[in-house]
Amino acid sequence: MAEPSMHRFLLAVLRRDLTLAARRRGDWLIAQFFFVMVASLFPLGVGPEPEMLARIGPGVLWVAATLASLLSLSRLFADDHRDGSLEHMVLSPEPTVLLVLGKSLAHWLIYGIPLLLIAPILGLQFNLTWAAILTLEISLLLGTPILSLLGSVGAALTLGLRGGGVLLTLLILPLYVPALIFGAGAVDGVMAGTGAEAHLSLLGAFLVLSLLISPWIAAAALRVSLE
Amino acid sequence: MTQPTLSVHDLACVRGDRLLFKGMNFQVEAGELLLVQGGNGQGKTSLLRLLTGLSTPEAGEVCWRGDSIRRQQETYHREMMYLGHANGIKDDLNPVENLRFAAGLQGCAFDENQAIATLRNQGLSRCLDLPCRVLSFGQRRRVALSALLLAGALLWILDEPLTGLDIHAVALMEGLIRTHLAAGGLAVATTHQAFNLEGMPVRRLLVGNVAIPELA
Amino acid sequence: MNLYTYASPATFYHLAGRLIPWFAWAAGLLTVWGLYVSFFLAPTDFQQGEAYRIIFIHVPAAWMSMFIYLVMAFWGAIGLAFNTRLSFMLARALAPTGAMFTFVALWTGAWWGKPMWGAWWVWDARLTSELILLFLYVGIIALWAAIDDIRRSDRAGALLTLIGAINVPIIYFSVKWWNTLHQGASVSLTKAPSMAALMLQGMLILAFAAWFYTIAVALARVRRIILERERHTEWAKAILAETH
Repeated sequence: MAEPSMHRFLLAVLRRDLTLAARRRGDWLIAQFFFVMVASLFPLGVGPEPEMLARIGPGVLWVAATLASLLSLSRLFADDHRDGSLEHMVLSPEPTVLLVLGKSLAHWLIYGIPLLLIAPILGLQFNLTWAAILTLEISLLLGTPILSLLGSVGAALTLGLRGGGVLLTLLILPLYVPALIFGAGAVDGVMAGTGAEAHLSLLGAFLVLSLLISPWIAAAALRVSLE
Repeated sequence: MTQPTLSVHDLACVRGDRLLFKGMNFQVEAGELLLVQGGNGQGKTSLLRLLTGLSTPEAGEVCWRGDSIRRQQETYHREMMYLGHANGIKDDLNPVENLRFAAGLQGCAFDENQAIATLRNQGLSRCLDLPCRVLSFGQRRRVALSALLLAGALLWILDEPLTGLDIHAVALMEGLIRTHLAAGGLAVATTHQAFNLEGMPVRRLLVGNVAIPELA
Repeated sequence: MNLYTYASPATFYHLAGRLIPWFAWAAGLLTVWGLYVSFFLAPTDFQQGEAYRIIFIHVPAAWMSMFIYLVMAFWGAIGLAFNTRLSFMLARALAPTGAMFTFVALWTGAWWGKPMWGAWWVWDARLTSELILLFLYVGIIALWAAIDDIRRSDRAGALLTLIGAINVPIIYFSVKWWNTLHQGASVSLTKAPSMAALMLQGMLILAFAAWFYTIAVALARVRRIILERERHTEWAKAILAETH
């Protein structure tokens, strides 16, 4: 049973990150526009034929959402590291795992949820049916937290390194492949009529696994990077 | 509960390829200040980071109340507070918000009135609503100090606490440390500058090249 | 025999030096024997002709690429748990060989695919998994290269290898899943021709050869790493002096 101090700690971390993001709306907006731009590049690249766009839509939107999220992950710990507040947080009596969980959750709320709000509009651009868009939303709802969790590991490992953002992407993308396969596959399943339950359950299982493992490894990585 | 004592046994520190020091032993009792002095790059900040537990020593151990800090991280972090070169203050938040977060970090309830009173005592009454970005370095230091005071930690570990402060602020800081020690607290500080230390029980530690003999 | 004495880099340096020739010779002999079995003794597959023989290199390479990754994860975990420097050095010594085998598996897979399916690259489950494994190796090596501080570099790499190792079965499963959904069972290099006993024998011999080769090369590499990291100690200085 978590003590009140742990609750206070988690809430403090969440509240702080959300307040800071609200005061720096520019960064947040850029990530959302990036999502829209990347998705819009594909029709420009492959042609606007509706059937083909519907065919590649789920995959394209998933990849675009992934890249947009990754863009913001390198800053997960970097800003706090620069002004010394990260060390304060690690020196708190509360476990570092809680810190990582709090920051991952905040990252998802700030950068993941908006993707869910924009995706339907892009789904229409790609000529997806409403059933497909609904499935896309559910799959992104499960998939974006996975990215925030895995990304926290990458952000902790690459803290303070030159070329941090690109390196982070290189490290995390292979680990994220299962989510991409299950997530985009779910939408494909709905479009092909074979159903999405299996994909979504697997995606859900992957989320649970990430939740159980990533915060511990990210906390260890944070301590290693701060030595 | 055992005595609040910070002790260090056979401590060795390596940074990159260089051995900064080894065989370091000392003890700091309640009411004492340990002043760490030495040239730049000689290991003062590294020593402090070893004391906080942020870094792991190459050899030896740091003990709090007689037990290794590795084995009692939660207790140690609750009773210790670190003030590093960087203030640990978010520029986008105002002083009160920073203090609210600092309280949350310790897992404590936030008493806004007490926080505002502390900030006023530090001479920051007119800055309460401003983002810390617009405050001067000295003012930001004082916000960090307020957090230190509110935390009520027994052991203060301060890296260059006087840097960037004007004469008044320096006197204020010295007064705060004096009060803290008088109340039974402990402090470890590095400094380049002269500390006005009359009346304070002070040990000095010189960090130089390689082997450090026992403190006199 | 106290294992901890071998955890000392100096002791291990000399032990490794004595072991390398044995493993190197074993690897060489097994390779010759294995190639003989694979290319001369194993029967011609009536479906795929002579070109199928490339799998005798492809399959052992793929096995080794996987196996080496797991061994790296193991040494990383030991290093993190017991704070032994040598474990981290062993992991670093293994990585380039693991990446090499992944690369070989990908190339030989492509060479096999071309005469079989007419394409240089087919997105079959094994090849795609090997590609992702290559990305994992590259990621670890890039992370090591990006961090200057040795201690942080070792530990960060070990943590990354660990989370990769946990993820690898999931990645493999998800890629197989993806493959069966999109292409069905027809286009699959994993569906090797039904194995005559000699074919399996050939592959196993070459797999062992690859294993001994890996050990020999890793030991040689770890000796170089040990010398470099311990270059400030007396014993290392003596060795470096006499080789100049």
